[in-house]
Amino acid sequence: MDIHEYQAKEILQSFGVTIPRGGIVYSPETAENKAREIGGSKWVVKAQIHSGARGKAGGVIVCNSPLEVAQATDKLLGKKLVTNQTGPEGKIVNRIYIEEATDIEKELYLGLVFDRASESIMVVASTEGGMSVEEIAEEKPDSIIRSKIEVAVGIQSFQARELAFGLGIEPELIRRASETIMGCAKAFSELDATMVEVNPLVISKQKQILALDCKMSFDNNAMFRRDKVSELRDKTQEDEKEVYASDRGLNYVSLEGNIGNIINGAGLAMASMDMIKLAGGEPANFLDVGGGATPEKIVKAFRLITMDKKVKVILVNIFAGINRCDWVAEGIVQALEKIEIKVPLVIRLAGTNVEKGNKILRDSKLNYIEANTLEDAANKAVAALK
Amino acid sequence: MAVIIEKDTKILIQGFTGKMGTFHAEEMVKYGSNVVGGVTPGKGGSKHLDRPVFNTVKDAVKNTGATASILFVPPAFAADSAMEAADAGIKTCVAIVDGIPSHDMIKIKRYMRRYSRDEKMTLVGPNCAGIISPGKSMLGIMPGHIYKEGRVGIISRSGTLGYEAAEQMKNLGIGISTSVGIGGDPINGSSFRDIIEKFETDDETDAILMIGEIGGPQEVAAGEFAKENMKKPVIGYIAGLTAPKGRVMGHAGAIVSAYGESATEKVEILKECGVTISKNPSVMGDTVKSVLEKM
Repeated sequence: MDIHEYQAKEILQSFGVTIPRGGIVYSPETAENKAREIGGSKWVVKAQIHSGARGKAGGVIVCNSPLEVAQATDKLLGKKLVTNQTGPEGKIVNRIYIEEATDIEKELYLGLVFDRASESIMVVASTEGGMSVEEIAEEKPDSIIRSKIEVAVGIQSFQARELAFGLGIEPELIRRASETIMGCAKAFSELDATMVEVNPLVISKQKQILALDCKMSFDNNAMFRRDKVSELRDKTQEDEKEVYASDRGLNYVSLEGNIGNIINGAGLAMASMDMIKLAGGEPANFLDVGGGATPEKIVKAFRLITMDKKVKVILVNIFAGINRCDWVAEGIVQALEKIEIKVPLVIRLAGTNVEKGNKILRDSKLNYIEANTLEDAANKAVAALK
Repeated sequence: MAVIIEKDTKILIQGFTGKMGTFHAEEMVKYGSNVVGGVTPGKGGSKHLDRPVFNTVKDAVKNTGATASILFVPPAFAADSAMEAADAGIKTCVAIVDGIPSHDMIKIKRYMRRYSRDEKMTLVGPNCAGIISPGKSMLGIMPGHIYKEGRVGIISRSGTLGYEAAEQMKNLGIGISTSVGIGGDPINGSSFRDIIEKFETDDETDAILMIGEIGGPQEVAAGEFAKENMKKPVIGYIAGLTAPKGRVMGHAGAIVSAYGESATEKVEILKECGVTISKNPSVMGDTVKSVLEKM
């Protein structure tokens, strides 16, 4: 789960990280006052969407008066911002963060992620802040320093100190820099984060160490014990169909193609998508109804796929194990009594009682194309497009 | 001997009396697995499915001599249950449950470092289908009858894609020595490399089919291990050719976030390691067959 920049900043501040003064607004009317309340003579108006690279997309505006702040807020609110991370449809701006401008002396990079190879938390830092970590790795790989956090004991002071010295920070600022790094690491560990990124982490001309932009992501599997974090979810930043799916216990990812598919199991779903591609088609989605493929889940899956207007063919591929194909077939027949399908439907069943399952489908009034193997199903789905 | 589990391996069900635990315990018993009892804290002393229920894994191990367990507990309690199993001397523990926080998985693995290599429990999963040695024992939730007894080992992240492979092989008359589902989470108990190493020394396995997917370094690590250390042929398939970068594809671990984690890159690296690649998921069985014919 992702959260907004301002939310990440509030969290990190509670862990001892210093952030510039700022505040959130939802309307241009309140923006002018908010700017005065924050004080100073220069402000940065930042569109809050779940994406990086907002500056390049026009989502960050520097203002020299409270009036300009109001104008910038008006300009950004309600707009769809398209960045290199949002996809062509962009993301809607519903919240604006107003922040005092910082006199930057130096921009650094600080990121924390799970390192799957060593199964620990990896701190990644660089003197080349402001660029994405991919760009840093590409252009200035030598500037990157890393430190592994032992999860059982958490980050140690010496590790934070080593990183701070490694970044070339001047001696009188080392303590503050270490506290900042340790604060981020503690937030990561204590809140079940999967990513904390402060980019840039800046040293201001006033010799303050400030988190100028922040991103945090959290482990969806840990939300049961993170009430406060889960409250920060902003569904307006997620694909509508993906929200519908996640609210109903379906694993769904919206894609660009026109062959909708309903599959049980994430691996089989990815494999079926690959087969569609190899057969010359493009999948419209990834959808895993769960290994069990219960009739309830199948009904929900058909409802979801029929919401997607770009879908021209639906492919159902279920490998039934303990739950048996005859039972799955009955579920499909029942689902399609409730939902009207206007596009060609290809169904492939495999596993336990496959003959019985196929017979139930054939004997039903269902208008569909039967397929036997994964390859057969993909070929028939692509052929049905024409 | 079979890898990891034997015909007579004594099995405990953790979360025995719950709906999931009951259902799958019955399926395992039907398959012929030696289920000797289970654990449900607070229900010790009672009987369930004609088998004793214990309050703690330690009690259960002491009274039954069990060496394997399978977890059917909710994700919030799964880490605790896995560590309890390790501490009680269980040798093989399968965690079926989907939804264990990554921080908890790391804690389990760090906790297990207190045991020496010989005493350390093999944890398989979470978010997996479990282990089956066809004709011998099933410590999992798979449909046992689709697995023909034979001499090919399977390691798969995905449950249903593993079933798909087993059925394709069965239709071609190819049997399986053991199939291990290692699960779809980013941090798991056993990696491809851990299991492939066990298959290399298993005298009942001639070749290994490895079914991977996008995300993480494990498939590549196994490929590199195979290149350096293995004599048995390895066949591989990687799912997720069409998966977009940066998106989680159902499995929490199926996300491309670094170089070498996409399907195309993994396939390239595995080929360089001498792994025979199944070019699509419909020909996993055929690819295994062609490798076996060359042996």
